[in-house]
Amino acid sequence: MKHLVTKENRALLSELVRTDFKLRYQGSALGYAWSLLRPLLMFVILYVVFVKFLNITAGIPHAPVYLLLGIVIWNFFNEMTVQSLGSIVGRGDLIRKIRIPRWIIVLSSSISALINLFLNLIVIGVFMAINHVDIMRTILWLPLILAEVYLLALGLSFFLAAAFVKFRDINYIWEVIMQAGFYLTPILYPLSRIPNLTFQKLILINPMGQAIQDARYTTIGHSTVTVRSIFEGGWYQYIPFAIVAVILIVGVSYFRKESKYFAENI
Amino acid sequence: MSNQVAIKVENVSKNFRLPHEKNNSIKGMVVNLGRGRTYEKQKALEEVSFEVGKGEFFGIVGRNGGGKSTLLKLLAGIYSPSRGAIHVSGKLTPFIELGVGFNPELTGRENVFLNGALLGFNRKEMAARYGEIVAFAELERFMDQKLKNYSSGMQVRLAFSIAIQARTEILLLDEVLAVGDAAFQQKCFDYFEILKREGKTIVFVSHDMNAIRRFCTKAILIEDGRIKQAGTPDEIAGQYLLDNISDEQPGKKVNKSLSEEVKELDVKLRGDRKLSRSGTLKFDISYVLPKHLEIDLGFSIINNGFSVAEQKTKNMKLPATKGKTHIVSCEVPLGNFNPSAYRIDVAVFTKSGFKLIGYVLGAEQFVVDGADGLRGGPVRVEGKWSVR
Repeated sequence: MKHLVTKENRALLSELVRTDFKLRYQGSALGYAWSLLRPLLMFVILYVVFVKFLNITAGIPHAPVYLLLGIVIWNFFNEMTVQSLGSIVGRGDLIRKIRIPRWIIVLSSSISALINLFLNLIVIGVFMAINHVDIMRTILWLPLILAEVYLLALGLSFFLAAAFVKFRDINYIWEVIMQAGFYLTPILYPLSRIPNLTFQKLILINPMGQAIQDARYTTIGHSTVTVRSIFEGGWYQYIPFAIVAVILIVGVSYFRKESKYFAENI
Repeated sequence: MSNQVAIKVENVSKNFRLPHEKNNSIKGMVVNLGRGRTYEKQKALEEVSFEVGKGEFFGIVGRNGGGKSTLLKLLAGIYSPSRGAIHVSGKLTPFIELGVGFNPELTGRENVFLNGALLGFNRKEMAARYGEIVAFAELERFMDQKLKNYSSGMQVRLAFSIAIQARTEILLLDEVLAVGDAAFQQKCFDYFEILKREGKTIVFVSHDMNAIRRFCTKAILIEDGRIKQAGTPDEIAGQYLLDNISDEQPGKKVNKSLSEEVKELDVKLRGDRKLSRSGTLKFDISYVLPKHLEIDLGFSIINNGFSVAEQKTKNMKLPATKGKTHIVSCEVPLGNFNPSAYRIDVAVFTKSGFKLIGYVLGAEQFVVDGADGLRGGPVRVEGKWSVR
């Protein structure tokens, strides 16, 4: 591990992240503000349709914050995997011409997403204050839950970035998977609206479903259904974490195996 | 590996698998599932072995597509060898080209820091070097402009100034001289001299045989993925020039232009194309005139695009029978030519008025072989020195 965190690697990582940030909103009038505006606008639309029109969150306390937290976590996951997927191919110029640790490129795009996540969490904080959400002690768990989402996304990122070098369809496939995932994860709807308990359990085995529900539980209200409450403490509740671990290991080892040939396959 | 060896390459082969149909999509895989994918195995390098000693200026020459760049990428660690091993002792530059990772949308200043990070420098270290880099590139006024507004020469200058900050023990240089103007080349040459003095190890790929002769201490010639020859820079440069000439014979670029007053004009080398300085260049010029006309012939010997010697048949009366093929021979002792590759251009003029009525350019080439290289230009001079 020690040779991974050298001075050179840190310098490179920070410079790549900086460049990413500089380039992303170049020439746009609002610049960085778009990092916040985009999810907020999305939130407004979903809020109007699902909370105001359909009243899907009936009976859920602090429904706007509940909805926003789900959207922010999902957006982070989506943004990070989609950006990382194209990161290696997008940096083909570097990979073909210079010897740098390839994983730094994936890591740098993940960090860009992470920065956006933190900006969005500030917005959530503001919403929580407006909505008079009581701060509970369980909020201390939130960083750990976000870390879990990050590791899951990182494992997928490594896998997708490496696979995309060889198979250029991956991005379309991943887009579809993300669409499906968005609806199979309780983001827009409260889990309690699903009458079938088995479906509820299946949805919570998905690490993203588990993480979003856990985040809501720790931050907004303890009435949220979580993987722990639904399996009543059985060992099933650990399945999502096992999935995260497996994806991370598979993703990293696939990336390591393939990275030797990036330069010639791009 | 002994202490004196900087790079040791042992039986290195590199194959590329090129799919026959470009199937890098899942659909392509599914469609071809039954048939299996067919690949063309391209052998970019085969069983290449050599050693580069510490402090050596090692030249790699060869035709395009011969495997030079693949070899350099293997040395740099960008590719992994299919077989064999490469041992490197000491720190090696990670890049093989100047200005890798330059982003046109960033300012010159931002690019300096980004490029520095690729070489392993953090912001603090780059800030300390920044002034020197900008001064060396002579771009003080332009650093806050976007790189896309730079001319290509300015970009190269900036890239070069950053690259020389990478103070590694082993440097890989791929065709650095191919870009940039004469002043930039001079800068490169000065830099090479400094590197040599500092005892750095340099692996240098170039098509410029004069540079190879001038700087290298050892060289290899690569052809079709194999080492064709290893030896002194003079031997290698001579062989490379000769290969280029003999391979160019069929379908080479001949520029022929004839007026109505000349029907045919040709030049043919007699004897060997590879000559030594003690030898004599012999060639025949043949021509056909559609009607009787008093003419003069002339030839120029061209080196690197410049004529270094010319002669005309001024005091000779040449045969001018209508419709007949006449052949005029010429012999030129080569004592005044330094080793290099040369080209013979031939022209016909009218005797009265000296009007150019036909010429053939690039029809014949020859090499002057020898050990002492082209350090003093194509023409050999034996001036007498004395101290007053």
